[in-house]
Amino acid sequence: MADPTAASGFLRQALRVAGKDLRIEWHSREVLATMTFLAVVIVLIFSFAFVVEGARPPAPVVSGILWVAVVVSGTVALSRAFDREREGEAIRSLLLSPAPRGAIYLGKVAATAALMLMTEAVLGALCVLLFATRTDALLARVALLLILGTIGFAAVGCIFSAALLRARGRDALLATLLYPIIVPIVIAGARGTAQLLDMAAPDMEGAAFWTQFLFALDILFVTAGLWAFEPVVGGD
Amino acid sequence: MTALVLRAVGKIYGGRRALHDVSARFEPGRVAAVLGPNGAGKTTMLGILSTLVSPSSGSVLWGDEPLIRGSALRARIGYVGHDPGLYGDLTARENLKFFCALHGADASAARVDRLLARVGLPDVPSDKPVRTFSRGMMQRVALARALAHDPALLLFDEPSAALDPAGAAWLQTELAAERTAGRTVLLVTHDLEATAAIADQVLILRRGRVVLDETRVGGFAPAALRSAYREATGG
Repeated sequence: MADPTAASGFLRQALRVAGKDLRIEWHSREVLATMTFLAVVIVLIFSFAFVVEGARPPAPVVSGILWVAVVVSGTVALSRAFDREREGEAIRSLLLSPAPRGAIYLGKVAATAALMLMTEAVLGALCVLLFATRTDALLARVALLLILGTIGFAAVGCIFSAALLRARGRDALLATLLYPIIVPIVIAGARGTAQLLDMAAPDMEGAAFWTQFLFALDILFVTAGLWAFEPVVGGD
Repeated sequence: MTALVLRAVGKIYGGRRALHDVSARFEPGRVAAVLGPNGAGKTTMLGILSTLVSPSSGSVLWGDEPLIRGSALRARIGYVGHDPGLYGDLTARENLKFFCALHGADASAARVDRLLARVGLPDVPSDKPVRTFSRGMMQRVALARALAHDPALLLFDEPSAALDPAGAAWLQTELAAERTAGRTVLLVTHDLEATAAIADQVLILRRGRVVLDETRVGGFAPAALRSAYREATGG
C-alpha cells in the first residue's frame, strides 16, 4: 500500500519547485509577458485574415487559431523552463537535494502549465471578443479541453526542455522535437474545441470523446515523463 | 562522523578514461585538496562524490554505506562550485528559504538570517535579486545554501575562481571553520598557495590516476608543495 506520508512529501516537494518557478516569474515577469504578447499577436493577425466584414469565422477556424496560439506561446514557456536551472548551475543544487526527481519534474510541469493557463485566459477572452464565439456554459467544456491539452503539452515539453538543457541551438531543437510528439494533443484539442464552438449544433458526444482522449494522453505523457526525467537529467 | 573511502574508482566517458582505479580516504575534521592539471579527473571525482556522476567501476563508501545515486546519504552532502548554484532572479533569502525547505531543514526567516550571518552577510538587501550581487557575495550565499541542511561532507569545486583577494581570504577562514566543525571538506583547486595554507591532505591526480596522496596535519609548506606538484604532474 502506498505510504500517504511519502506521497504528501512528494507533492509538497513538487509544489515547492513549482512555487519557486512562479516566484521567479513574479519577479521577472519575463516569460508571461512574452507569451501573452505572442499569443495576442497571433490571434490578431488571424483575425485580420479571417474576420471579413464582421462575419464570424467558422468554429474550426477559431479553434485552430486558439490552439496555434496556445502551442506557440507554450513553446516560449518551455524554452525558459530549464534555462533558469542552467543559469548559475542551479540545476546542480536542485538535483543534489533529497527531492525526488519525479517531484522536481512535476513541479516544473505544474509551473509551466500555470503560466500557459494564465495566457490562455487572456486568449480565450480575446477570441470571444474578436470572433463572437459562444459565451454560455459550454465555454467551461472548452476550458476543460484547454486545461487537459496544456497539461499534456507541458508534460512532454518539460522532458524535451530538460533533455536539451545543455544543447546548442536548443530553442530551435525544442520546437523540432516537440511538435511531432504533440500532434495528437493539438488534433484532439482543436477538434473538440471546434465541436463545442459550433453555434448551430455543438457536437457534445464528439467533444466528450476528445476530452477523454486528451485525459488518456495526459496520463500517458505524465507517466512517461516521470519515468524519463531521471535518466534525462541524471545522465553522466 | 565517518571517513569517506574511494575504492578503485574508475570512470569512462564514451571510451575515454577520466578516472583510473582511484583509491583514497578522506577523514572528517580535515580539509583535503584535490590538485592536478586540467583534464586530470578532479571534477569527475567530485561529481562521483556528489552522487551526480556514477562510477564505471569501483565504489565509494561513507562509513559502511555505499555512496551512490539515490542514496539517503546524498542529503548529507553540501556542494559549492565555481558557479553559485542559485537562482539569479530570487533574493538571497528566497534562495535559502527554498533550499532549506527542499532539504527538509528549518526554513524560517530566523534560520535564514542565521545562515546569512554565518557567511558574513547579515545585512544583505532583502529586495535585490542575487544576480545583482558581486561574485564574492554570491559565493557567500552559495556557501550558506550548501550549509542549509548542516551537511557532514562539503565539496568545493574551485570556489575561489574569480574571487578577489579579500574573498579568497574569507573562503580560507570558512574552510577552517568547517574543519573545526568536524565536517569532511574536499576542495578541488588549482591554487597551490591556498592549498598550502589550509589543507591537511593533498591528493594529486594526473590523467585520471592518483600520483600523490599525502597527509600532514600541520599543513604543507608552499615551496615543498609546489615542488611536489611539479614532480608529480611533470609540469
